[in-house]
Amino acid sequence: MGRALAVIIWIITALSVLMFVSKKWWFPATISEHGPALDRQFMITILVVGVSFGAAQIGLGWMVWKYRDTGKAGDRGLYTHGSNRLEVLWTVITAVVFISLAIMGQTVWASLRLHDAPPGSYSVEVVAQQFQWNFHYAGKDNVFGRTDPKLIDDGALNFIGLDESDPNEKDDAVLASLVIPVNRPVELRLRSKDVIHSFWVPPLRFKQDLVPGMEIKVHFTATKVGQYELACAELCGQNHFKMRGFMLVLPDNEFEPLKALPQAQFQEQVKSLLAKYPIIID
Amino acid sequence: MSVETHEEVHRHPAPTGFIRKYIFSLDHKVIGIQYIILALVAVLVGMTMSLLMRMNLSWPGTHWPILATLFPTGAPAGVMNPDFYLSLVTMHGTIMVFFVLTTAPQGGFGNYFLPIQIGAEDMAFPVLNMMSFWITLLGFVVILLAIVVEGNVRIGEWFAALGPSFAGGSGTVGPIGGWTGYAPLSAIGKIAGPGQGAGMNLWVISIAIFCVGSLLGALNFITTLLNMRTKGMSLMRMPLTCWAWFTTAVLALLSFPVLLGGGILLLLDRIAGTSFFIPGGLYVSGVLSGTNPNFPLHTGGSPILWQHLFWFFGHPEVYIAILPGMGATSHILATFARKPVFGYRAMVFAIFAIGLLGFFVWGHHMFISGMSPYSAIAFSVLTLSIGVPSAVKTFNWIGTLWGARIRFTTPMLFAIGFVSLFVAGGITGLILGQSSLDLAMHDTYIVTAHFHLVMGVASIFGMFAAIYFWFPKMFGRLMSESLGKFHFWITFIGVYSIFVPMHVMGLVGMPRRFSTFAEYGFLTKLHPLVLFVSIAAIMTIAVQFVFYFNLIWSLFKGQRASDNPWEATTLEWSTSTPPPHDNFAGVLPTVYHGPYEFAVPGAPNDFIMQTDAGAEVTSGNGHDGHKH
Amino acid sequence: MATMVTSTKTVTKKSTGEGSKFPGPNGNGSKRNGHDFFDPESRANRYRIGMWVALASITMLFTALSSAYIVRAGGASDWVSIAMPRVLLFSTALILISSVTLEVSRRSLKDSSLDGYGRWLLLTMLLGLGFLASQLVAWRQLARQGVYLSSNPHSSFFYLLTAAHAVHLAGGLLALIFLWVRSRLATERKVTARGQAAADAVTIYWHFMDALWIYLFLLLFLWR
Ligand code: HEA
Ligand code: HEA
Ligand code: CUA
Ligand SMILES: [Cu+2]
Repeated sequence: MGRALAVIIWIITALSVLMFVSKKWWFPATISEHGPALDRQFMITILVVGVSFGAAQIGLGWMVWKYRDTGKAGDRGLYTHGSNRLEVLWTVITAVVFISLAIMGQTVWASLRLHDAPPGSYSVEVVAQQFQWNFHYAGKDNVFGRTDPKLIDDGALNFIGLDESDPNEKDDAVLASLVIPVNRPVELRLRSKDVIHSFWVPPLRFKQDLVPGMEIKVHFTATKVGQYELACAELCGQNHFKMRGFMLVLPDNEFEPLKALPQAQFQEQVKSLLAKYPIIID
Repeated sequence: MSVETHEEVHRHPAPTGFIRKYIFSLDHKVIGIQYIILALVAVLVGMTMSLLMRMNLSWPGTHWPILATLFPTGAPAGVMNPDFYLSLVTMHGTIMVFFVLTTAPQGGFGNYFLPIQIGAEDMAFPVLNMMSFWITLLGFVVILLAIVVEGNVRIGEWFAALGPSFAGGSGTVGPIGGWTGYAPLSAIGKIAGPGQGAGMNLWVISIAIFCVGSLLGALNFITTLLNMRTKGMSLMRMPLTCWAWFTTAVLALLSFPVLLGGGILLLLDRIAGTSFFIPGGLYVSGVLSGTNPNFPLHTGGSPILWQHLFWFFGHPEVYIAILPGMGATSHILATFARKPVFGYRAMVFAIFAIGLLGFFVWGHHMFISGMSPYSAIAFSVLTLSIGVPSAVKTFNWIGTLWGARIRFTTPMLFAIGFVSLFVAGGITGLILGQSSLDLAMHDTYIVTAHFHLVMGVASIFGMFAAIYFWFPKMFGRLMSESLGKFHFWITFIGVYSIFVPMHVMGLVGMPRRFSTFAEYGFLTKLHPLVLFVSIAAIMTIAVQFVFYFNLIWSLFKGQRASDNPWEATTLEWSTSTPPPHDNFAGVLPTVYHGPYEFAVPGAPNDFIMQTDAGAEVTSGNGHDGHKH
Repeated sequence: MATMVTSTKTVTKKSTGEGSKFPGPNGNGSKRNGHDFFDPESRANRYRIGMWVALASITMLFTALSSAYIVRAGGASDWVSIAMPRVLLFSTALILISSVTLEVSRRSLKDSSLDGYGRWLLLTMLLGLGFLASQLVAWRQLARQGVYLSSNPHSSFFYLLTAAHAVHLAGGLLALIFLWVRSRLATERKVTARGQAAADAVTIYWHFMDALWIYLFLLLFLWR
């Protein structure tokens, strides 16, 4: 029985490790500036975690394999209540390893979250609602038109409550897709009209909740041109799973002219660009 | 001043009528069994829901005739709606966390065995103990009510009479909110979609009731342990189970009030028009807050406040779920390893450290919620620190097996399984706990994998170990070993097959709480895994019925057990089987030894019971260092 | 007596007692014995212990609600401070006095003066009832000004916190009634360890409710 258990534990351990090592199911390739650093931190962590997992399971299996009750009279186990030296040793070692991991695990976070977007970032306002994404572009003047919840009217397609009397609004556009330039910092100003949603593009390697009543700013730099799927990662109601959107990362030579287009053409142009770039799924 | 000179040991005589004996019993043993039965019933509901969830995920669009009959609106023609699926997720999580893993490990086994293991004749406050069970049961009835009120249109209409916020009948089996019930989705009422009327109200009310029941229980556990230890039962002679139950009770005592407070605020937002969690200017389903009687005016509330209150409770709660399992595992490992627990004192400190740190890490569930990025760093470092005492416990479990003479009984298999699964689930906590990595991991299936391995399975394995171990003491008969072993093998392999693949699903980016993955291109390559997981789940769930059969069959036909069938050392094995009404038939035991004196050199047997007066064990022998 | 299972009788005794006595060597137990089980004083102690434990939990409830208050008050644009109903000063006076009378009652019991005990207990109950009535008047006054639970965050918290406190105080009142009835019904006119412990526990609770009220009062009308 003991041997069987040990073998099963080892097989499960091996298969579990294999599942990760084979990388058959893995992250999609990253397309953000901080992505490689995050992936590196993940590899370091998975190594530490994998080794601990393997060592613990192999050790457990070994004990189970080796120390069976023989049933012989007088054959007794080791009479020991432990060893303070060992306790101190493994407490210190794990503390050092885990806390180093914790500290290393803050670098990407700090680079993304502890300061504002660098100057010259391209800003987009994101307003989520059950169950769609609205991206608000400032247009040529780089100033967002005023919005007010009182002016929201889904029926009239004013999803984010743009104030038409505001001159800054004139060149603004509101789209269901996110279009950003490549290799340039982008700032998202995230808001929600109703409940909490979460912005999630797996290749970007970050997500951020959109909380009603708050405006949350995040910034990142996309490094690869293409079209990507955007999902909502916070339960927001029955059609949470359907809150699919697209993010289009454009080269400068396509993005700059696009940005200068007036509202109506902007929309048309985005549509044709979306058709042009295939969706990259891994 | 005159003081009574003696107080009798039988504080309450054994009741005779059926009702007083088995229903409204004050006896902690009966109450413990009642809790276990509650958990066994609740787990059936939770498990059935997980089965339906898996069926929906891997065979979307299939017609299940039985669902068409039971839930004509939620599953028209037997095909589950997205909202039906999400209400299953919510109810599955809630029932499993609250009514399974907060009842059986603590209220069940703790209630039954804590007083016996410390040599007391009952809990300190038997009446509170009884109330705590009945209040918990009421909470369970209320949450079950959510199924019928939302699932059945007619009953839903009756509930609408209670007020507009109570309208039900939306065709779900309860609310849609996840077991975490994030506001404002959970706060704004039926305007937010199906299940947000009566279902959500009943959910909040059920949780609040549950809090009260658990608080009464925790109060009882702490007082009992502090006040009622028998002669010789010093703190450091208590079995590790008692330490675990005690720490669990402290966690419950300090965390449930916070959830209760949050629940009250949420309920007021829902039915009294306050704005604790609901910000201003919300526009839901085409209606602006304050412009329609279905959606009163709200201003200025803070959705994140709910998350803080919930997770301040929620994180200690997950340790409430696992600490008793850890205690049982330590206890059972030592017994069948025929060896003292390795590093008893370190184990006690580790339990305490986990309990203490557990109060300062709640923010790791909220890295991406929009809270301060600086506090995220503090939470992250504290979170990884919690791995240290957990690893210490793991090392000591393995140390306990080192040099052992293991007897592979069913409870021992489950205890070893616990260690394996706890490591497997715990270490992914080290990934999730890093704020940077959680940017990618949060709310994907790797989280689901993490908490199922550690909570959905390790804690459950602790309970399996406990029931196979203590069943003979509770009912005087052994459970069938061959059925038990069959149950173990399939379950052990099954749960790994279900939950290991979920990790890589998370890496690919599969989000939680999605009723179907068909919409997304990047998820298509996961379809075979999704199917594999469902098949493993069906197999595992099927085997649980072997366990239920074993339970019932052994109750009547099991082999009769002696008073100490496992040759164990602690007090529960020194009384008769099953224990008499006052546990020790009028004479409280005196304790002479630590809890795990196995394999003492020179002793006639390989175990010395805590009550053995004659046996004197040197303490120096194992004090520091190993054997000489 | 049930048969005790005993595994062994004697083991050779070796030297013991090295190292610190507390918390004791690994799992072998310290040599300290547990308390004497049959000491009624110590058994009665559970009421006091239980009360402190319960208070820890009540503290957490109000800590949670207060932190919600502080979060909500900080940075909210919709905050409208409500005017303090004057009658709250009267409530405060009542509950402060009631603490004193209850303390007198408890001490009477300690001095075995059962009559004094009952009398002061009765007075405390009346003061407690007066407090609840006075709180109700405060609610009525606010309602007359059109300030309701959902009017604004401050009023929400005012109603919520006073109600939560009142529910807890009403529980204390029930306990007082229980003590009083029991002292009336007691056949033997003597003080038991258990009776003393129960009175102590209720007194602790009542003082706590008193302090809690002062705290809430300051939080509600001084914090913001
Ligand atoms: C204790 C907790 C627990 C347990 C046991 C389980 C058991 C299972 N869970 Fe679940 N689950 C949760 C807690 C739990 N779960 C929580 C909290 C969520 C999150 C909800 C949310 O998002 O809000 C969740 C969510 C969740 C999801 C994600 C849904 C989604 O995000 O869309 C899935 C998907 O497959 C799933 C599947 C399963 C399966 C197949 C099982 C099993 O059925 C596996 C087989 C069952 C067993 C091995 C248990 C047998 C136990 C007994 C027979 C009891 C014995 C009792 C005594 C001895 C007293 N669960
Ligand atoms: C029983 C329940 C339980 C337990 C014990 C834990 C334990 C831990 N959990 Fe988990 N957790 C949950 C239940 C639990 N969790 C649930 C239910 C959720 C999801 C809630 C939801 O959103 O629905 C969750 C979510 C969750 C998150 C949030 C993820 C997210 O939503 O983004 C995080 C992040 O830090 C986390 C971390 C941890 C950590 C660090 C531990 C640590 O305590 C783990 C410590 C254990 C170890 C570290 C293993 C020890 C052994 C070794 C290390 C062996 C070493 C051996 C050698 C070196 C030889 N958990
Ligand atoms: Cu929006 Cu989920
Ligand atoms: Cu946690």
